[in-house]
Amino acid sequence: MRNRICLTLMILSVATVAHADWRQFRGNAVDGVAEDSNAPASLDDTAWQIDLPGRGLSGPIVVGNKVFVTASSGPQQDKIHVLCFDEESGDQLWERKFWATGRTGTHDKMCNATPTPCSDGKHVFAFFSSNDLIALDLDGNLMWYRGLTYDYPNASNSLGMSSSPIVIDETVICQVESDAEAFAVGINATTGEERWKIERPRKANWTSPCVYAADSDHPLALLQSSDGLTAVEPKTGEVVWNYSDGASTIPSSVVAANIIYVPSNGITALKPIAESSAPEITWQEGGLSPSTPSPLVYEGRIYTVNRSGALTCANIETGKREWQLRLRGPFSSSPIAAAGKLYFFGERGDAQIVEPGEKRGEVVSERKFEATFLATPAISQDAVFVRSDEHLWKIK
Amino acid sequence: MLVHTGRNGNTMRRFSLAGILVLAVSAIASAAETSTLLERIRGVQKQGTGNVAASEALRELAGQAPAVIPEILAAFEDANPLATNYLRSAVETIADRAVINDEPLPTEKLVAFVEDKTNNPQARSLAYDLLQRADEETADRLVPEFLQDPSAELRRISVAARIADAKKIDPKAAADKAKTVYQEALSGAVDRDQVEEIVGPLKEFGVDVDLQQHFGFLTEWKIVGPFENRGGDGFATVYPPEKELDVDAEYPTEYDLEYDQPTVKWQPVSTDNDYGIVDIRKDLTNWKGSCVYATTEFFSDAPQTVQLRLGTPNAWKLWVNGEELFAREEYHRSTRMDQYRVPANFKAGRNVILLKVCQNEQTQDWAQNYQFQIRVSDGAGSAILPSASPK
Repeated sequence: MRNRICLTLMILSVATVAHADWRQFRGNAVDGVAEDSNAPASLDDTAWQIDLPGRGLSGPIVVGNKVFVTASSGPQQDKIHVLCFDEESGDQLWERKFWATGRTGTHDKMCNATPTPCSDGKHVFAFFSSNDLIALDLDGNLMWYRGLTYDYPNASNSLGMSSSPIVIDETVICQVESDAEAFAVGINATTGEERWKIERPRKANWTSPCVYAADSDHPLALLQSSDGLTAVEPKTGEVVWNYSDGASTIPSSVVAANIIYVPSNGITALKPIAESSAPEITWQEGGLSPSTPSPLVYEGRIYTVNRSGALTCANIETGKREWQLRLRGPFSSSPIAAAGKLYFFGERGDAQIVEPGEKRGEVVSERKFEATFLATPAISQDAVFVRSDEHLWKIK
Repeated sequence: MLVHTGRNGNTMRRFSLAGILVLAVSAIASAAETSTLLERIRGVQKQGTGNVAASEALRELAGQAPAVIPEILAAFEDANPLATNYLRSAVETIADRAVINDEPLPTEKLVAFVEDKTNNPQARSLAYDLLQRADEETADRLVPEFLQDPSAELRRISVAARIADAKKIDPKAAADKAKTVYQEALSGAVDRDQVEEIVGPLKEFGVDVDLQQHFGFLTEWKIVGPFENRGGDGFATVYPPEKELDVDAEYPTEYDLEYDQPTVKWQPVSTDNDYGIVDIRKDLTNWKGSCVYATTEFFSDAPQTVQLRLGTPNAWKLWVNGEELFAREEYHRSTRMDQYRVPANFKAGRNVILLKVCQNEQTQDWAQNYQFQIRVSDGAGSAILPSASPK
């Protein structure tokens, strides 16, 4: 009986930890939503603030009680860092540094540490604009190292690459798409060997892959490009279907309740049909045009932010606009949501929490940081983790 | 008693000899094992080849004591960039554990490793980082010697220290001294930001720095064009200069129709831009949808491997002595100094550099540049200047 109680507690504990993870760009389901989180209603309290050794547009991720962040430093941004902090105390647990093997030059606003790392819960896969892909275990032991520009020398974008990898079915999926060379790869998460590599449209693309049917037995990786959206089998790279009416090359798609919201002709809602070669368009709304931030779907509404910082809320069934709210922008980071609230971190250091309502949204908490926020934050349990070039904060 | 002692002594001696033998054999086995592990790591190749073996070897290697660090650092020599990062990770893992367990790092051997400039530059830079953790004072003492270092990272530290020293000198009280320290700093500076930090104060002391010379930019070119690139096919099209380079030749071009020039000839173009930018748009014409070829010569005292460091917002192909080194079809995604680093083997004497630069037909304001800059440097970014050309 006692053993059974212990086992039950252990299972509950593991389940809670896994649920509290934020394992990749825009969270576990790549949708920017932290389910069942008790995220703070106010931005006032900082649990801790850490100095970082280099720049980064990459967001933090949280696995168990560890927070992982990447950074790049040096005059050429060619020193790349993976850092691990204790979630509770903010103590640095370890740091690993490497020399980039690919080209590190980017637009001044970007830097080498732009893609957000991802995790399968046992390893961290850190990816950089230089297309260095590094697998470490959670204790900082290097598992394998790939240099995708070292392998494919024309794979780089002189403005910088930003696509964040995902990991599904023990496969790390990276989109490496530039004018000079473009491909996607599926890499064995354990060995670092290539499971597959497919050609992609040769055009600069900063979007990140996302997951369709993440909780099912048959998840698909969705690869966005200027051509549209392609669903592929994660383990083989086999193309399952294509949506080919074009899509943005900056904000990425989001999936909610098995509908895919693609930044295409404004926003296009797609419903994949079983055994079909093309998904069905549920609605298309030209008035919803996200700029750099990816759209967010939360509690029956879709949200986009435009270049000037105007937040638009639309009906999830129709795409019709319900209300707008002017925020302190501009924004590069994508909004995230938890506990009935939306979180925004602006380029000029303006952090804002919005409480959305039926008719309007309201900014319920604001805080001005002396920082430039370009990275998408993470939410885990009762805290928000956000980073600038200089610092990482835990806000409770 | 003596006999007893003697017998004990003999027994002890036998045990000691046996112990030494065991230790020696064990050390040889351990050395052999370390060497095998290092070779497995050095065997990692492109596209994940050798990853599994390298990863297993790394786990074993990273579990060893700090005494193995110099041997790992020595294995950086001629290792490819992937293996270099595996080796770095082994060193950092061992060093982190040593710090946690309060174990000493092999400081003396690290100092000797850093001081030997024939060792691999990245390994020396990592050894210096370890020294900073283990014995900051000793590490700091090494800094002045890094000014002309083969490692760009170590040079940068030394240059930064010289700049800091120069800034502490009151320019009114000791202008000559300040100028001298800035000039010393300049002699080692290879990073543009540091050079620019030095050039300003030197100018105030009446010293004009020749940046073209400092960085080793190639400034005298012969250029021919335009050739057709409307529609974008010109990048792949092999025009006559790619087949045979003859600067006295005159070539037919289909780009003539708008410009009433059925043939094109090589023409000299020189640049006085501080950073060696050759501006085709300004010096010639912004022929939209075109290609041009630019050639120059570099006289080398001896055979040597150099880096050709190129910056351009246009598509380009590069040849040295007729061998194509790299080609890249990207337009207007920004440009910067040292954007591309292309290794090249120069022979003794005359080396011919040929560059093809392509402009596309984009109409946006930010897509009008038609330019390039090339310099010749060593791996640290220090200029390699040509020998005097034979007249």
